[in-house]
Amino acid sequence: MPNVILRAENVYKKYGKLEVLKGISFQVKQGETTVIIGPSGTGKSTLLTCINQLTPPDKGHIWLEDTEITNPNTDINIIRSSIGMVFQHFNLFTHLSVLDNVRIGLLVVKKTPMKEATEISMGKLNEVGLGDKIDAYPAELSGGQQQRVSIARALAMNPKLILFDEPTSALDPELIGEVLNVMTKLAEIGMTMVVVSHEMGFARAVANDIIFMEKGVIVEEGKPDKMFNDSENPRTREFLHKITELYGGKTE
Amino acid sequence: MDQLNLIWQGLPSLLSGTLVTITLTIYFLALGFILGILLALGRVYGSNFLKLLIIRPFERFFRAVPALVLLFLFYFGSSFFHVEISAFMAAILAMGLRSAAYQSQIFRGAIQSIGKGQMKAARSIGMNTFQSIRYIILPQALRLSIPSWANEYAVVLKDSSLAYAVGVTELLRQGRYIVARTFGNALLIYTVCALIYFILVFVGNQTLKILEEKYKIPGYEIKTKKDQSVLERI
Repeated sequence: MPNVILRAENVYKKYGKLEVLKGISFQVKQGETTVIIGPSGTGKSTLLTCINQLTPPDKGHIWLEDTEITNPNTDINIIRSSIGMVFQHFNLFTHLSVLDNVRIGLLVVKKTPMKEATEISMGKLNEVGLGDKIDAYPAELSGGQQQRVSIARALAMNPKLILFDEPTSALDPELIGEVLNVMTKLAEIGMTMVVVSHEMGFARAVANDIIFMEKGVIVEEGKPDKMFNDSENPRTREFLHKITELYGGKTE
Repeated sequence: MDQLNLIWQGLPSLLSGTLVTITLTIYFLALGFILGILLALGRVYGSNFLKLLIIRPFERFFRAVPALVLLFLFYFGSSFFHVEISAFMAAILAMGLRSAAYQSQIFRGAIQSIGKGQMKAARSIGMNTFQSIRYIILPQALRLSIPSWANEYAVVLKDSSLAYAVGVTELLRQGRYIVARTFGNALLIYTVCALIYFILVFVGNQTLKILEEKYKIPGYEIKTKKDQSVLERI
């Protein structure tokens, strides 16, 4: 029985009058990949930023292993340094080279000595296949390369968990594959991941768990096999059918 | 020949005046830079209390009151409060604080033009607010500020001549002394003064341009219309 890395209980979030999350509970076990799907405006991204407290939830509790993230006494910067985040628009630091983008967290947050930080960062950049681009700047890279750098940036901090917020939605179709490949490799070596994505092929092949969210609540949750072939909720079926038509993934 | 001789003899005092002008400018800009960044950060990240009750009134006041009036207020006004400050000090306070108000606008604009994602990404790897500003936001904002800052440099340098009015012996006052001593060489001497100001502004702006070039972010240059292809312009 692998231990639980992330546990969310009854998470609520309101923006003004708009209730974005209306009581979300789920958990992610060590080494597992959870893919969150659902129509836009459903609160998927908000849920991710609630987890690392970039937008603190109004109610509810979230634990990373035994530490309650939502406890105001928890040092959130330490928690964040062990939760990686990969953004839809990469958000690489534009003024830093690829290598510096990856090692700045080690240098500034973890106070790792320069030599060691460089070694770790080089290792992670090789892992995502960008060992030859260390001196380039983000604006000189393709979207797919930028996203891989941002995955390396998250990996360098040696996170317990990585959150992916629609990592391929801003990419040209021919660049999506290289990012998904890296993510698939991470899943294979046992990285724990929570992925908001519409890549059904990826969800089907890699996810241990799929969560279907709509209007701020979890409609259905289950193994990919069950979700794709035998979902209980008609709304889930309808959504998956539509999205599979759009994004493919049927022929896996 | 007489004129050349006159310039030659006046040159040492003009140059010592130039040195005072440069010193004043450095103080103005330094005070304005440090305070301007703090004000800008307060404007962007500070509490409403700080913004509405301290920063905005400060900026409004120092941008609305003429430089000469500020100088008089600090120099002659100080004695009203029984504080003794030199003309030099009064000039630094008046013009330095004024420059801070203007520089804070430059930095605020630059900080706000940086995408929100940068701060998010910095916080997401565990940097605290200070670290995010120090390592991620400011390095980008300062680069973006250089062109407008070059403008502020020129304005502040030239406005240092106003310190003349409270008795600081900067370049213009040294020039005025020579004109008074030698009876009516006003055009010649003031032309030399103008030339010295011109050179200072020119050299400063060239230096800033080199700085801008040196610190530009590869792949992130602001393209001029000429460099863009036709397709990019559409």
